[in-house]
Amino acid sequence: MPQREGATAEPDAATVEAGLDALDTPVAAAQRVSGRRRFTRTVLPPVGFLVLVVAVWQALWAAAFWPEYQLPAPLTVGTELWNLFTGGDAFGFVWTSVHRAVLGFAIAILIATPLGLLVAKVRLVRAGIGPFLSGLQSLPSVAWVPAAVLWFGVEPAAMYVVLLLGSVPSIANGLVAGIDQIPPILPRVGKVLGAGRLATARHILLPAALPGYLAGLKQGWAFSWRSLMAAEIIATSPLLGKGLGAYLDDGRFLNDMSTVISAIVLILLVGVGIELVVFRPLERAVLRARGLGSL
Amino acid sequence: MTATLEGSTAETTGHAVRLSGVHKSFGTGRDAVAALAGVDLDVSPGEFVCLLGASGCGKTTLLNLIANLDQPSAGEIELTTSRPAVMFQEAALMPWLTAAANVELPLKLAGVARGERKARTGELLELVRLSGAGHKRPHELSGGMRQRVALARALASATHSENGEQRPALLLMDEPFSALDAITRDVLQDELVRIWEATGTAVVFVTHDVREAVRLGQRVVLLSSRPGKVVQQWRVDGLAGQDEINAVDVINRRLREVISNHAAA
Repeated sequence: MPQREGATAEPDAATVEAGLDALDTPVAAAQRVSGRRRFTRTVLPPVGFLVLVVAVWQALWAAAFWPEYQLPAPLTVGTELWNLFTGGDAFGFVWTSVHRAVLGFAIAILIATPLGLLVAKVRLVRAGIGPFLSGLQSLPSVAWVPAAVLWFGVEPAAMYVVLLLGSVPSIANGLVAGIDQIPPILPRVGKVLGAGRLATARHILLPAALPGYLAGLKQGWAFSWRSLMAAEIIATSPLLGKGLGAYLDDGRFLNDMSTVISAIVLILLVGVGIELVVFRPLERAVLRARGLGSL
Repeated sequence: MTATLEGSTAETTGHAVRLSGVHKSFGTGRDAVAALAGVDLDVSPGEFVCLLGASGCGKTTLLNLIANLDQPSAGEIELTTSRPAVMFQEAALMPWLTAAANVELPLKLAGVARGERKARTGELLELVRLSGAGHKRPHELSGGMRQRVALARALASATHSENGEQRPALLLMDEPFSALDAITRDVLQDELVRIWEATGTAVVFVTHDVREAVRLGQRVVLLSSRPGKVVQQWRVDGLAGQDEINAVDVINRRLREVISNHAAA
């Protein structure tokens, strides 16, 4: 039967709008991935790669291309690591280094945050020290170790100086990038909504810059850890206590390759562990709340 | 028929906005570019005025001046309203806040107490028919919904501002629907008229769409380009059917005339 015009009542505006909303609303794309699925996707590949590396290593060792003191058997290194953990030494080394790194990193945040704000918001400061701040990022922090040792002696202070010179620029630069990337419309909106200078910083600029700031913090942590290891390897002294860097240097001194590799494994574990436990979840939560990032 | 108004509307009693001889130029010395050259405009309380013009006519500049985002180089701008509510082409919602928190933000900035804030936010979301979407983040909303949240937020910034004292409200809109698809735009135009009637706010609506201007406005003000000046005004209140089509034709012709003047230069 042909439809007659006007046979049905015209839907009211609210219904039309509700329909439009239902049609236009972005569909939540990513369903919750099951735990097992996630395991096979994110945990298995790196573990598989690791197994491959150890297998190649084992093969090279068996072929005896290099003398034992250059390439020990994987099992020898495994035993060394096992003894480190069961004997409790590993925790001592890790604690010495990590507490230094965390303390230094905290100081770096305290220095870099106001510095980054100044560079981002004060034109003269940006013109003056902005280029140096970016330049410092490309200077390997090992380069500061001799200077720090001459200034402060082989003391904890020297370690912290090297660490700060490595991490402050990257945290500050991250904050500057975060602020620069704020769409200019947001502060304008803030102004028409009645925000003063302080309220704009608190309610608009800082939250808007958070993703960039967080990226800077993550990089700053990596730089802190690297710089500290460089300092610990070069400047060793009984006064400093034995951190991972000093332990690594022990291996070199004693021509003990399994100690060297164990130390490297521990240094990697700490770096990756802190990234995975602290920064990854933080970053994920922030990005997900804003509908950014696919993770 | 459309009534053509000569000069300013002299018969208005009281005004929400009065611009007299407003000039605005950017840059200094030789490089200075005049964006507005002597704009006179009155908007009555509760009136819906559409500013129409091609690119470069200074529509947005004019709106920014009224919104106090920028200062005129010469001339005076007088507002008798509360702080104007402003809406831009993009919704510009804070991506880290939910829809409700976005609407609540201006109330928070104004130091409104928590309970009152929540109540007012609820009312405004109801007004734009988004009561069910308050908990969603901007990226979970469609373009049209975002623009409605922006409207609710703009209204929140305007209506509370004087303590107790009721002052006329003013809503400034800078091509708020031009980035939306045609169906959504059509629905939102109706929504805007409904909300305008419900709130009695004066509206200054910037657009480059003649049809939109005639459909929404009570008055259409045509601006010339570089520098912007009021060329002509038409009263288009309550036009329908053939009258509306005629008005669009007349205004369109005049707009083209103004634009073609630039071809010679």
